[in-house]
Formats: sequence, structure tokens, C-alpha cells
Amino acid sequence: MNTTTEYIRTAPRRQVFAQGLRDGIPIALGYFAVSFSLGIAARNAGLSAWQGFLFSLLINASAGEYVGFTIIAIGGTYLEMALMTFIANARYLLMSCALSQKFHPGTKLIHRLAVGYYITDELFGIAIARDGFLDPYYSYGAISAASPAWALGTMFGVIMGNMLPVRVVSALSVALYGMFIAIIIPPSRKNRVVAAFVLISFVCSWGVKFIPVLSSLSGGTMTILLTVLISAAAAILFPVRTNEEKEDEVHDA
Amino acid sequence: MTHNVYLYLLVIVAVTYAIRVLPLTLIRKPIKSRFIQSFLYYVPYVTLAVMTFPAITEATQSPIAGLAALIIGIVLSWFGGSLFQVAAACCGVVFLLELILI
Repeated sequence: MNTTTEYIRTAPRRQVFAQGLRDGIPIALGYFAVSFSLGIAARNAGLSAWQGFLFSLLINASAGEYVGFTIIAIGGTYLEMALMTFIANARYLLMSCALSQKFHPGTKLIHRLAVGYYITDELFGIAIARDGFLDPYYSYGAISAASPAWALGTMFGVIMGNMLPVRVVSALSVALYGMFIAIIIPPSRKNRVVAAFVLISFVCSWGVKFIPVLSSLSGGTMTILLTVLISAAAAILFPVRTNEEKEDEVHDA
Repeated sequence: MTHNVYLYLLVIVAVTYAIRVLPLTLIRKPIKSRFIQSFLYYVPYVTLAVMTFPAITEATQSPIAGLAALIIGIVLSWFGGSLFQVAAACCGVVFLLELILI
């Protein structure tokens, strides 16, 4: 396969889009539940239903938005907002790097700009789980399901506040973690190194709570720190096989 | 202090979009370095694992229910459960267990 040519899709656009849509539906259900609780935070920050809808439509980041609503609530500065947003969302920087390798080199800029717009933990997860190069239309399908659910969930959260019973909210809140599990376990079954590092990640992420200095770091910062350290250790100890025939260079920022 | 909600929105959107899209647009070719390739291969699994535990036990009212959801989720996806089945089973486990525990 010539890496400089344009991307040639293996299945019709519409079919790939439909696959994305199908995989996006469980994500949409989870998103609706989570963004509903995010809407309650938006309401507490004094946002209207329309503003909550707009925030979620344009930002699509649970932790990032939650941090944003907190800063709005306390009337923080725009600089604080920018810094906190960066920290809360910096893991997307790593995901974006990883996803860049999942694209065919010939993927057009417009598709990169569009897919990048909706890199979330879940959509990144299902994109990575695909075989071969990522067809942007798969992501568009998933986004078509997830995006409206996320935005509308936030809106209903603002409007309806605490109308859902606590029990239901508590049960729904694990939906997203269930999805994470469904993404990391199948590769762990196939690859023992991945399985070992998933386990190590669990243990470290739990263990740092007991280390005085580290436990004071925010969840987002801790996620980045652990991801970089553990992934680097895995890469050094168990490097994956590279594709030697590719002679291209890295174009770094 | 009067801050405009829409200016806040603009700041968050600009920062978030830059983070998401810059690597994706600037790294146009396959990365050759074996270390970086390996690093990026492990990143998704490590980051999702780090975010899942112990957070799943803190998201529920009862930590035991969260832990049970984790275990059921792992077992179910090990034996081929789909994304939706696993997510739904986790929710179901928490709901049922919390009926007993709380």
C-alpha cells in the first residue's frame, strides 16, 4: 500500500456511517445520563437551558465542562478558565496523537478537523478499536448519535434539575465506565502485555490516592501523569513491532 | 465582577479544540520511532484503565456496588459482551445492589 496516495475506503461510505451510528447509540445513552447530571451543575452555575445546550454542543467534554461551570459559578478570570480547561482536557492531546496514527496519511485536512472536533474518551475508544485505518465516516456516524444526546441531556439537566431519583442517577453513572471496560478488556484477552498494564494502571490509579503529595493533584492531571508514565514504561519494556518499510518522517509541531 | 458567559464559552471552545485538533492535523505521517509507536499503542488502554478504577467505585452511592459493576463488566466483556451489553449490565448491577445495600 502506498502511503502517499489518497485514502481508499474498504466499504461504502453509507455502510461505514451506519456502523458508526450503531456503535454510537450505547454511547449516546450513557452520554444522556452523564450530561443530565452535568446540566444540574450548569444550572447551579446560573446557566440557562439554552446556554447548557450550547456549551455541550460545542465542547463535548465532561470533565472540561464541569470545570468550566465551576469557574463560571465562582466568577473566575478568563485566564483561569483557559488554564483549567487545558489541564482538564490535556488527555485529549495524547488521544489526538494516537488517533493521528490511525488515519491514513492521505486523509484530508477537512476530515482531520472534523473528527478532531469530537475526540472524547468514548469516541476515541471505539475509533481505536476499529480494524485498519479509521474511516472518518465511522466517526461521523458515532458523532451523529452521541452529540445530540450529550447536548440535549445537558439541556434537560438544566430544566429538570433533580427530578430523577438518586438511585437511577447512581446506576446510570457507571454506564460510561462500563463502556471503558468493554473497550479495554477484549484487547487484554488477546494480548497479555496489555492485560498486565491494564491491571497495573488500575493499581497505580488506586494507589496514588494514598500518596500525600500526589493525592492532591486534580483527577485530570493525575490521569495524564499516570498515562504518560505507565505507557512509557510499557513502550520501553515491551516495544511493539514497527512497520519498517515506511520511510516517512514525523512532522512535529 | 461581570464576566460574560459567552466569552467563557469562547475560551473553553478555543482551548479544547486546539488540544484535540493540533496533533491530528500536524502529525500527517506514520511515526517511525519504535518508542513513540509503542507509547501511542499503549496510551488508549492505560488512560481508559486509569480513568475507570477507582473512579467507578466513587461514582456510585455504595462503593461495593461500583466494584461489583467493575467485576461483572470485566467478566462479561471477557466473554464477548458488546459495548452496550456491558454498559447496561454495569448499570443493572449497581441498581440492584443498591436496593439491598442502601
